[in-house]
Amino acid sequence: MSVVTVQLGQCGNQVGHELFDVVCGDAHDGQRRSYCSVSRERFFHQTERGDLVARAVLIDMEPKVIKHSMNKAANSGRWTYGDDAHFSQKQGSGNNWANGFCVHGPRHEAALEELVRRQVERCDRLSGLMAMMSVAGGTGSGVGTYVTQCLRDTFPKSFIVNQLTWPYGTGEVIVQNYNSVLTLAHLYGLSDAILVHENDTVHGICARLLNLKHISFGDVNRVIAHQLGAVLQPALTTDSHGLYSRNPLGELASALVCHPEYKLLSMSTVPQMPSASIAYSTFSWPGPLRHLRQMLVSNSKMEEGIDWQVRLPAASERSRSLTGGGRGGGRGGGGAAAAAIFNRSLANLLILRGKDVYSAETGGFEDPALFTSWLSPRDAFSLWKSPVPFNKYEKSATLVSNSQALLRPLDDMVRKAWNMFASRAYIHQYVKFGISEEDFLDSFTSLEQVISSYSQLS
Amino acid sequence: MTQSVVVQGDTSLCSAVGQCGNQVGCRFWDLALREHAHVNKTGVYDDALSSFFRNVDSRKSDGGACGFGGRIQHLKARAVLVDMEEGVVNEILQGPLSEVFDSTQLLTDVSGSGNNWAVGHMSYGSVYREQIVDKLRKAAEHCDCLQCFFLIHSMGGGTGSGLGTRVLSLLEEEFPEVCRIVTSVYPSPEDDVITSPYNSVLAMKELSEHADCVIPVENQSLVDIVNKIKHMSDGGKPGLTIRKDSSIISGQGGLRGAEKPFDAMNNIVANLLLNITSSARFEGSLNMDLNEIAMNLVPFPRLHYLVPSLTPLYTLADVSVPTRRLDQMFSDAFSKDHQLLRANPKHSLYLACALMVRGNVQVSDLRRNIERLRPSLPFVSWNQEGWKTGLCSVPPVGHSHSLLALANNTCVKSTFLDLKERFTKLYRKKAHLHHYLHVEGMEQSCFSEAITSLSSLIEEYHHLDATKGKLIPDAPRLSIAR
Repeated sequence: MSVVTVQLGQCGNQVGHELFDVVCGDAHDGQRRSYCSVSRERFFHQTERGDLVARAVLIDMEPKVIKHSMNKAANSGRWTYGDDAHFSQKQGSGNNWANGFCVHGPRHEAALEELVRRQVERCDRLSGLMAMMSVAGGTGSGVGTYVTQCLRDTFPKSFIVNQLTWPYGTGEVIVQNYNSVLTLAHLYGLSDAILVHENDTVHGICARLLNLKHISFGDVNRVIAHQLGAVLQPALTTDSHGLYSRNPLGELASALVCHPEYKLLSMSTVPQMPSASIAYSTFSWPGPLRHLRQMLVSNSKMEEGIDWQVRLPAASERSRSLTGGGRGGGRGGGGAAAAAIFNRSLANLLILRGKDVYSAETGGFEDPALFTSWLSPRDAFSLWKSPVPFNKYEKSATLVSNSQALLRPLDDMVRKAWNMFASRAYIHQYVKFGISEEDFLDSFTSLEQVISSYSQLS
Repeated sequence: MTQSVVVQGDTSLCSAVGQCGNQVGCRFWDLALREHAHVNKTGVYDDALSSFFRNVDSRKSDGGACGFGGRIQHLKARAVLVDMEEGVVNEILQGPLSEVFDSTQLLTDVSGSGNNWAVGHMSYGSVYREQIVDKLRKAAEHCDCLQCFFLIHSMGGGTGSGLGTRVLSLLEEEFPEVCRIVTSVYPSPEDDVITSPYNSVLAMKELSEHADCVIPVENQSLVDIVNKIKHMSDGGKPGLTIRKDSSIISGQGGLRGAEKPFDAMNNIVANLLLNITSSARFEGSLNMDLNEIAMNLVPFPRLHYLVPSLTPLYTLADVSVPTRRLDQMFSDAFSKDHQLLRANPKHSLYLACALMVRGNVQVSDLRRNIERLRPSLPFVSWNQEGWKTGLCSVPPVGHSHSLLALANNTCVKSTFLDLKERFTKLYRKKAHLHHYLHVEGMEQSCFSEAITSLSSLIEEYHHLDATKGKLIPDAPRLSIAR
């Protein structure tokens, strides 16, 4: 079953391009036939001549990035974007969410819907839609939110997942926190699952694990694409009965999002190393899996500098979590600093790919102490496997978590946006295009609700 | 004289009004052609060229507009040139840039404005209103998607200052949705036009009310930079010769032959404009459009004065001498030697700051330098991470990379205080007032309103300044009932 990807804005289009590149390269003819054909069917439409055309819609309010992505794909010789699958205007959204959501979105609604419809119709069976965007700018965030709304209206029964890139904490866009707050608050009611990548985290991976001295956005995007590919490439799930699952987005959402108040998903992949080192490394399951588990427990974002001091609480201490039981992660400040505080999960999905997957020991991830008490670990933990090595790694493990991992970044984002809002700085720019102070307050309220919910997991 | 550049979706329209504006504008067009010639080797009329130029085939009967992808026939600047004297415009038309403009884009008169804002704004403003609007409309019609207007003028004279600000309000009336970015050359204290304080303050009111962004530039800063470069190149230290076409004061490689007196200074401003628009014209990993500049740098409508700095000033000719470290470029952008306005941003408060980087610079370089410089730059409490960044892959001619910093900083207050003081000195004695009051439409209230507007602007900056250094606690958050 196929996934239609909607690439929005500069980030969405750049990351989307890398994703198609990764999955196309991964499912090459040397791989097992069924893996290859499922992967191709999922991401590409095959023409009569056998050319692979990405099942993607490219949307941006200015033309340069789309043009660049399409050219790069065409030059790869392995796949292309459809000629009729893109939409751009001459003038961007000016980093203004209101401009994207209230002006560009509605203005071009019909054209955008038509583009998506065309891609959907080319699929024999639609597994779901994935919208890729950043939250900091104007098009990805504003137009992206509007488009998600349209997708929800047009395809009420389909799974819609949003892949969001969160900006560097120290700023790429000055009004990024406003744009992020407005986006997240609106998407929460529309999306089935929200997969988050933070530029700071990915940048750290590039610097410390991949040893890159000069890190470009291309490098960052390729890491994100690698992680997404590890999740979305074919896998055997408990429901798929020995065949590759045909419903990756649906199974992802149902495995991880058990309650509409909790939709934020983070992901980690091990190992990640410079590509030149891969051929010289030996891989076994126990080490990486142990690391991945501790990364989850201690909320470490990468496989280096993991804090092994953080332990799961004994049964008697079950109520202490990342926030020390108080509300508002990070606000009390002290809560996140204490060594014994761990990252509580609602649900986890572990995906293993490569040699000897069947012998990998994953019992540690089913420990009830990791989870809230609402679900039994059997329901809270899901395991997918694929015997096919992914993207040159002989063995790799990816963990997608619905946990408190994003609580601190979310809280920081809301705190900064709120401080700026308190002085009413830049608000006139949003009002100009149709977003009022009331709208801002509604969004702040929604997100405080989400923060509160995640803080109080027990 | 100001030049308006109309920026369309990916194009801009330039309006130059007055002598200064047109001289700067002329340098701008020359350097723009040079930059595009450097990058565009195929002779195909592409998106980047289209942002500033139309492609016209004069053999075609319908006026000859050619679309993208075709060969370059005749490039015409998307510009309107206005001057109330003929001298400068005529010179342009007789020079190598004459091909780039056609007569429909020009508006001239003969007698000038006598350094009198009122003559420029009121008299000529009324007489030529229709024609100006007409020319702007025609230029705008040639654009598929007009993104912004650039206005270039000086503040101290009569035409640039008076008629220029009249053009500005016409732009707002006729094209309210199109962004207006104004580059204003402010007079130095030693300016030889006695009435420049009057003209400047009267113009300031218009700028505060009708412009989206103003980039003030001081003549004295330009002079200082020119001297610094000349000193460097005349210093004669072996191995330290400057590559001629790389210095920001040089027009080398452009069409214009021998350099004229103000060319060096005007080239600096022209380079400023080229850098601001680079990301809109060329590709990059993090694009920064012109409307993003206004969005990110203007937190409150009237506080839209941005302090510019440009680096590097030149590249050394000897390629075996290692290029100055990239990090040095970032440090330089925050040094007073590279500012185009004499003010002290580090001692005041940053409200927002934009860094537009061109050339082979990656995001990690950008992040490293922001981390490094942040601690020494005081930012307002609600915008502690107030950085807007852009990465454009194409560097300017003669350089491997460059940086333009635009800072919304309360230090502009001192420039305005200075102006206010000079104004008051004259106004107290009613010096030269009658020249203005004689003009139809001009009243004493125009003066009092203008100075009030300036005073309240200064007050707004002062108010923000007062928060500097104070520890402002986080605003209390909303509490959610559970």
